[in-house]
Amino acid sequence: MARIDLDHIRHAYMANPSREEDYALREVHHSWEDGGAYALLGPSGCGKTTLLNIISGLLTPSEGKILFDGKDVTGLQPEERNIAQVFQFPVVYDTMTVADNLAFPLRNRGMAEAEVQSRVAEVLEMIDLVDIAHRKARGLTADLKQKISLGRGLVRADVNAILFDEPLTVIDPHMKWQLRSQLKLLHRRFGHTMVYVTHDQTEALTFADKVVVMYGGEIVQIGTPQELFERPSHTFVGYFIGSPGMNVLPVALDGARAQLGQHSIALPGAASLGDGKRTELGIRPEFVQLGTEGMPVSIRAIEDIGRQKIVRAMIEGNELAIVLNEDASVPADPHVTFDPAGINVYADDWRVKLGG
Amino acid sequence: MDKSWNNKAWFLVLPVLLLVAFSAVIPLMTVVNYSVQDTFGNNQFFWAGTDWFSDVLSSARFHDALLRNLAFSAIILLIEVPLGIFIALNMPRKGLGVPFCLVFMSLPLLIPWNVVGTIWQVFGRVDIGLLGYTLNSIGIDYNYVSDPFDAWVTVIIMDVWHWTSLVVLLCYAGLVSIPDAYYQAAKIDGASRWSVFRFIQLPKMNRVLLIAVLLRFMDSFMIYTEPFVVTGGGPGNATTFLSIDLVKTAIGQFDVGPAAAMSLIYFLIILLLSWVFYTVMITNDAKG
Repeated sequence: MARIDLDHIRHAYMANPSREEDYALREVHHSWEDGGAYALLGPSGCGKTTLLNIISGLLTPSEGKILFDGKDVTGLQPEERNIAQVFQFPVVYDTMTVADNLAFPLRNRGMAEAEVQSRVAEVLEMIDLVDIAHRKARGLTADLKQKISLGRGLVRADVNAILFDEPLTVIDPHMKWQLRSQLKLLHRRFGHTMVYVTHDQTEALTFADKVVVMYGGEIVQIGTPQELFERPSHTFVGYFIGSPGMNVLPVALDGARAQLGQHSIALPGAASLGDGKRTELGIRPEFVQLGTEGMPVSIRAIEDIGRQKIVRAMIEGNELAIVLNEDASVPADPHVTFDPAGINVYADDWRVKLGG
Repeated sequence: MDKSWNNKAWFLVLPVLLLVAFSAVIPLMTVVNYSVQDTFGNNQFFWAGTDWFSDVLSSARFHDALLRNLAFSAIILLIEVPLGIFIALNMPRKGLGVPFCLVFMSLPLLIPWNVVGTIWQVFGRVDIGLLGYTLNSIGIDYNYVSDPFDAWVTVIIMDVWHWTSLVVLLCYAGLVSIPDAYYQAAKIDGASRWSVFRFIQLPKMNRVLLIAVLLRFMDSFMIYTEPFVVTGGGPGNATTFLSIDLVKTAIGQFDVGPAAAMSLIYFLIILLLSWVFYTVMITNDAKG
């Protein structure tokens, strides 16, 4: 178990990166607490896997240093870093039994056989593979193979961190939930530092204490699920987290008020900005109140998603999503008001702190 | 459910059936026919029963040739399979080296058998051949025409030169189909180079290796052209393999009866051994 420091890491897959766009990973400067459960969340191609492989040592970053507990490991090979990693698609050693698969990383490190056996038995129990422990890994289903891969990731007790690269992609939905809660349980029990890459927000939010949202090769926000929901620090986080995502409306700012078309909206505080920036107001659909007062909207569609309804409306030429309870009704002459607690202001996509 | 039966589709298979009949079945049947009869020419045949078969099976000449074949195939497989795997493991996986290596490896396979034989026949000659002349001038007594050992070495090196590429290409195809994640996982697991080979690469090559072994076994067991061109089966009978012996019997001595019996036995041996190889490797495969 270790604290992991990423010191100004940049990575480009080409030899001589000259422009900012050449970097798959633009600049990551951050520390991961010892024993934390982190999720790396972002769309495909945002640099999640690159960052993960840099931590595990499969990739050496073009620039910057990586430290485990203050020790520079940038130049070390994966096996020297004492890291476990589980990949997106199951990797099993076909010709070995399930138990031998789990024992493999231990035996490679010269652990005494008695200890190997007890560790393997423990992990088999954890991931519920005791029944097939002595079967060859060949010919098992993808589910089971991925469980073996997970097991190999968990079998070493002394690893600095366990990294998961979208490990549940090939798993059936009902198993996904089960395995994820098992991982969470293991994390609580053993306190490994865990980093979990995913593009599925539910997965990220249920697994992690801290979610790291990446976009375009950069970390745009690190926070608890609640922070990401209430205070997205980049409009991308607003879109990406939550379903439907945050409404982002272009506004003109004037002190503690925002001007949306001909409507003036009260902000929770005053924003002080330089000129020439693109300013927007972000509000989650949950904080938009539909009634007969406030700003008029026109309703385009209503989606019933069970316990809630999503109202798709237009305001001043912009789309606006509103979340309603299933029994709430839509008035004939619809107006909306914004709950000031749910309002965030963005300048050039980044959140602006509002003064008192 | 009622189905209307229409057997006209069988006519579509007819051309193939005819082709196979004329190219394989009928010639094979004439061989079977010859093998149970004796002739003194003039197209007169007498029933000989299984005489030729028992003659061939009990002849020392046949036993010797069969042993030579088995020894040759065993040596060929023992050299070409490990060497092929070794070369395939060391070939580049990406970059400009790939097409270069593939073309380079394919070259020997493109050369006709008799040309390969001729190349080595000339190459190894003591008077004008680069290899034979050089070896002798540095004091190594090499002469494939008079020394049985030298003749064997020449034929084996020639076969290795000609056919190792096939094993290489098949193994390479197996190797490139292994996803990167396997190597990455092995690194994370701290696997040694040998473990990576033993537990990742070899299992993934299993299928293609089966094909390679079968092809190389059958081909080497049937070898004819190259030793015929280089040594003509000699010196003495040192490189007289079954196929060469067969041709000598059939065309040289015109003993069609024994030759027919011999070719059938030869065919059955190849079939049997191939089946054994296949079964053993498939069973191993299933056991993992």
